Amino acid sequence: MGLQRVSFRLRQTVACARSIHTSGCRHLQEALAAEPERNPEPFSIFRSQESDPACQLENHVGQYYTLPPAHIQTVFPHGLPARFQLQMKTFNEGCVMVRPPALEVISYLKRADYSKPALRFLFYGVKGSGKTMSLCHTVHYCSTQGWLVVHIPDAHLWVKNCKELLPSSYNGSRFDQPLQATNWLRNFRVTNEQFLSKIQTRHRYVWTKREFTEEGRPLGELVDQGITRVKSSSDVVGAVIKELRLQSGQPEGCFRMAVAVDGLNALWGRSTIKKEDKSPVSIEELTLMHNLRKLVKNDWCGGAIITALSQTGSLYTPKTAYLPHVLLGEEGFDRMDPFVPVTVSNYSEKEFESCYLYYQDRQWLQHPQSRTEEGKKELVFMSNRNPSALERLCAFI
Amino acid sequence: MAASCARTVGSLFGKCGTCSSNINTITSRLSRQICSSSALHRKNLAAAGPEKFTVEFIQKQVEEFNIGKRHLANMMGEDTENFTQEDIDRSIAYLFPSGLFEKRARPLMKHPEEIFPRQRAVQWGEDGRPFHFLFYTGKQSYYSLMHEIYAKIQGLERQQDRLRAKGLLSSDAKPLSLGSSRWIIKEELEGIVMETVTDHDYQRFLQLMERLAGLPQAGAEGAEGGEGVWVLRFRQQLEAQASRQAVAALQADAQGRAFSTAEGRRKTSNSSVVLRDGGSGRATVNGSELLSYFPVFQDREQVMFPLQFAGVLGRLDVEAQVSGGGRSSQAGAVRLAISRALLGFLSEREMENMRQAGLLTPDPRVRERDKPGQEGARRKFTWKKR
Repeated sequence: MGLQRVSFRLRQTVACARSIHTSGCRHLQEALAAEPERNPEPFSIFRSQESDPACQLENHVGQYYTLPPAHIQTVFPHGLPARFQLQMKTFNEGCVMVRPPALEVISYLKRADYSKPALRFLFYGVKGSGKTMSLCHTVHYCSTQGWLVVHIPDAHLWVKNCKELLPSSYNGSRFDQPLQATNWLRNFRVTNEQFLSKIQTRHRYVWTKREFTEEGRPLGELVDQGITRVKSSSDVVGAVIKELRLQSGQPEGCFRMAVAVDGLNALWGRSTIKKEDKSPVSIEELTLMHNLRKLVKNDWCGGAIITALSQTGSLYTPKTAYLPHVLLGEEGFDRMDPFVPVTVSNYSEKEFESCYLYYQDRQWLQHPQSRTEEGKKELVFMSNRNPSALERLCAFI
Repeated sequence: MAASCARTVGSLFGKCGTCSSNINTITSRLSRQICSSSALHRKNLAAAGPEKFTVEFIQKQVEEFNIGKRHLANMMGEDTENFTQEDIDRSIAYLFPSGLFEKRARPLMKHPEEIFPRQRAVQWGEDGRPFHFLFYTGKQSYYSLMHEIYAKIQGLERQQDRLRAKGLLSSDAKPLSLGSSRWIIKEELEGIVMETVTDHDYQRFLQLMERLAGLPQAGAEGAEGGEGVWVLRFRQQLEAQASRQAVAALQADAQGRAFSTAEGRRKTSNSSVVLRDGGSGRATVNGSELLSYFPVFQDREQVMFPLQFAGVLGRLDVEAQVSGGGRSSQAGAVRLAISRALLGFLSEREMENMRQAGLLTPDPRVRERDKPGQEGARRKFTWKKR
């Protein structure tokens, strides 16, 4: 009798939730007992049918949801981590695990007041715990909600290994990075196609003696200008950022902006780029970085700033550093303050179980001992439930 | 001196009637004396000195040893009557401290029986006639031993027949209980018999001993009990190696959780590990997570191996402190320390399994010293022809 009542409640609230904690958790037994009349699911219990991040709730935690292929191409032309892209290519699908940090940020975004200045969220955690993936999950949510997404996949890439460094035409003391800027503009165009025709410029921009962009032109034209004229692409980036900041909070503006920056600590770190006289370039002297700093400042409203730290690509930081005030430094922390820090930790038992079942389902674990209990314990010990360590470990089993 | 030497020899093995010392025959006697033992033969064929260890010489050495033992006990202020060999070793190590690595090169004082190789006694008298009836077999001791074993077998069989005739044959007679021991190997038999023993001879010896030991009533009490003791002279005791391991005792902390501590070393790394029961299988090294301290897969695997082998992966928590050496030697030190600490949680059999898996053996390899005249420990300088 009680089981039937439970089944009705479950059916009403959740589309097809099944928690999978295999060590005899109550949820599993309840769910299994409560769904006897339903059709047997075509997928396994670690998968969720819900591929819309907006509808994902706490009882989806640990389950994998599939990214629709169309979304992958538009929303993430450059956003996903490299290893995840390889995994997507191998498994022929992109499955992201629903985890508490991302769900927390999404719930804040759902309830936020967008007339106030933009909220800042920061994902931090030990190396390989899933900060970038949580960021991508949140970006997917924003994009499904119809927001405009400004996604900088890794700010560290802009402060190191720069092949071409031009002095900026706009401000003599700064330096441009045309290649990186053009690349980014291209990806930005892919992500936000539908907004490019809707947003109009508010200012007039003069690029050279003969080229200028009038007021009131669609943003798409600005972006194309930056892609075609490589020399002025960094300034175009700056202009785009300025426009978006101005227009995002406006009531007649029809969009909300989500700024997603990975590797935020690059903004207040050091760079390895050198000028011709071998003196190092500081961060302020780079146009892209300068504009990015302006972007993550929360003096605009109508959106959110979601960021993640990263020690992996960072320069001159110790390997064991992962806390915000260590990686951002004093200046960065003061600039970013106030923000909402969100911890991303290693997999819990349930999430680990889910990941293990997913790899088994994809037949990624070939070794016969990996299917036994002892094998699972070995995996737990060796990877310490760290997502990236587990992924690298399973790569050659 | 030579006369007394000959007389002592003669009196000891007094079969020769011509015991009255005849100085003219002394030299001939001496020239026919002791053949050196097979051990010496093997080692230096060129320089075997037959007169080196005569019986008087050995006796003199024994007396000197005993007197020296009493002097040493006096010097150390200990009891002269009950001065054992261990006490002697200890005192010598104290009085003559040596930094030599080779233990056999250090000063020692042992009973002459252990120092001087055993030698075969003279086997023929002054008239040239051998004493033993089996001398002309060439291996008199070996064949006499075989005859002895066979005599015992025959004796037992006859006794059994007698008992059977009387009807007192008990069917529950047990054969000899040999315990955890093994038969002596060929080299040991050669040492007892003082002659060269071929493989074939050794096989025959083993067969005969097995036959004797397998007889029912060989282990029975009474006169046959003596046989048991006699047979055991040819058996070598095997101690289970693992019982020599020092097992770290389990202690309980304030919450009642059992834990054990142990240390381990490898190359120049030292590590001490605390294993706690009832945990979730977490491992911490020097305060940080295992994953961050040992980023290399090989090191983590080394640390995991003892726990996986014993099957306690998710049960015990590991807290390790390690210092010195490089990453691989630190991992090896932690592994050894974990294995030692695990002994308190395991049974005897599992301990033996671990010992056989090599988990409890400290790795003796250390860095070899560089030698003068060479580039490194082994690498030589480039050889130039001219």
